Amino acid sequence: MKKTGLVFIVVLMVALSCAGPQEHPYEMTDRLNFYNWSYYIADETIPGFEEEFGVRVRYDNFSSNDELLAKLQAGGSGYDLIVPSDYMVEIMIRQGLLEELNFDNIPNIENINPRFRNMPFDPEGRYSVPYQWGTGGLGINTRYVTEEVTSWDVLWDERYRNRISIIDNMRSGLVPALIRLGYSINTTDPDEINEARDLMIEQKELVRTYSSETYIDLLKSGDIWIAYGWSGDIYQVARENPDVIYVIPEEGTYVWVDNMAIPKGARNRYTAEKFIDYVLRPDVGAGISNYTWYSTPNDVAKPLIEDHMLEDPGVYPPDEVLENAEFLQDVGEATRLFNRAWNEVKSH
Amino acid sequence: MKAENSIKWGSIGPAAIWLAILFIIPLILIFVYSFYDRGPHGELIPAFSLENYIRAFDPLYARTLWRSFRIAFISTIICLILAWPMAWYMARQSVQAKRWLLFLVIIPFWTNFLVRTYAWIFILRTEGLMNQILLSAGLISSPVDILFTETAVIIGLVYTYLPFMILPIYVSIEKLDHRIVDAAADLGANSWQRFTRILVPLTWPGILAGSILVFVPSIGAFITPDLLGGARTLMVGNLIHNQYLVARDWAFGSALAFILMALILAILMLQAWLTSRNNRKGGAA
Repeated sequence: MKKTGLVFIVVLMVALSCAGPQEHPYEMTDRLNFYNWSYYIADETIPGFEEEFGVRVRYDNFSSNDELLAKLQAGGSGYDLIVPSDYMVEIMIRQGLLEELNFDNIPNIENINPRFRNMPFDPEGRYSVPYQWGTGGLGINTRYVTEEVTSWDVLWDERYRNRISIIDNMRSGLVPALIRLGYSINTTDPDEINEARDLMIEQKELVRTYSSETYIDLLKSGDIWIAYGWSGDIYQVARENPDVIYVIPEEGTYVWVDNMAIPKGARNRYTAEKFIDYVLRPDVGAGISNYTWYSTPNDVAKPLIEDHMLEDPGVYPPDEVLENAEFLQDVGEATRLFNRAWNEVKSH
Repeated sequence: MKAENSIKWGSIGPAAIWLAILFIIPLILIFVYSFYDRGPHGELIPAFSLENYIRAFDPLYARTLWRSFRIAFISTIICLILAWPMAWYMARQSVQAKRWLLFLVIIPFWTNFLVRTYAWIFILRTEGLMNQILLSAGLISSPVDILFTETAVIIGLVYTYLPFMILPIYVSIEKLDHRIVDAAADLGANSWQRFTRILVPLTWPGILAGSILVFVPSIGAFITPDLLGGARTLMVGNLIHNQYLVARDWAFGSALAFILMALILAILMLQAWLTSRNNRKGGAA
């Protein structure tokens, strides 16, 4: 109590000494600017929060971590809450782009499975709270692809010329080639990256589109038969087109965790923390994951997840699959190599 | 004198300030950035190096620049071929009909550009409207894959910028004195001669203006190649967009933007020169 009072006075002093429109972070504001991945929330999540707390949420979407980082680096993005993936959290912490969270306002953090707390990208868990997780893999339309697909090799199969889509992103985009070559997806070796690039260039002939979002519609409509994409996206398609299945190739894949975080200098920090706490409620968390078909890191929410998802190894893969999978990590200087390699694939 | 000055500054001032803040200062910033270096996490590191410009002429990027030029050029030519007869037809109608036709040309602008481009995805895709119609008409036996090809990008660009070609040509056809055409016919010029010797030279300013209005936004386009090209056909606009928003290499993006700007400037100068040459010729005749 005393501590809060002191903090309050300090905050008040800071607030008074700054002539700008600074506000102290311990009060609910009437606005929250939320920047999230597209198709990544349940319909009722935001209205529920707005109604309960009387806050108006401005909701915008991005389609890649790089896009998110670029927005933050440009400054003045105005967002209060963002959802970077694992390796991007690491980059953002390193660049001082995130605020430390005040966990006094996020008591529901207790609900998160210990496995998803203090992960390598945020070792003390001070900046980020896991939102959802999933894997990268293949969405297959079994109406056209009648063989059983178990391997990334299918992306190089001539028979599927013009029916393949690939994630458009310098890190994820090179994953199938790196895995196929048996290299780490976090390699920093220029030769390995170039080999992967050549393999993706070789495959480009067969690619209909490089896309991180529109492939969802195209897989649904049958324009694309084999989509390299993210688990939940493909399950969302499968729900509407029962011919579509999700496959985690046996060579392995990568797992990612998306995390809620607050950008440096966000105006509505307290409100954002309240929102994080709201998402960590079992019903809200389960609502999101039941809608998106991504996996929840929330132990208390898990019992509320629909059974068919809990039983599906594509949504909650068995431990041996997870052990065989890597996280994408920040590769530092080698980011340039990945960027160049991907540009070369795209402009070939 | 003094009052005159204040009127002068009062009228030019706001526009000048506007231009300085929103155009000149950002332009200078971009120019300065283009000599900077990129840090490991995409920070801008002040430096003076020509490396970004040298890199832009690496075959990889030069090829993209060339492809953009080619796509923009083809789109411009197609727009021209479509627009001239349309403008001609419009200009020959009654005042009432003209008003309606102009209105129809402008109507697409009432819908957001992105929405219109998305609509093309639905039209062009394998299971899309175009294939359904062609299949049921028996014109093709299996669906054609146009979406996500260079052809789709060109269709999108022509569709988007066609009005910018029609309107200036329409204006120059409106202005021309039709008695000249009649006179040429009386003097024995056939219709092809009337077209190439009379109509084209007289509508030349409109053709040039329209070509510039189509070419310049086409060469820098990045949404159309992304959506209709399936991000498979990279244009220089995509490259610049990627450098800023994905690769976080603002320095290189700035250099690319400047090269593109120089290219466009060169084309505008060419246009100015062609117009003035045409005017001189017209004056002498």
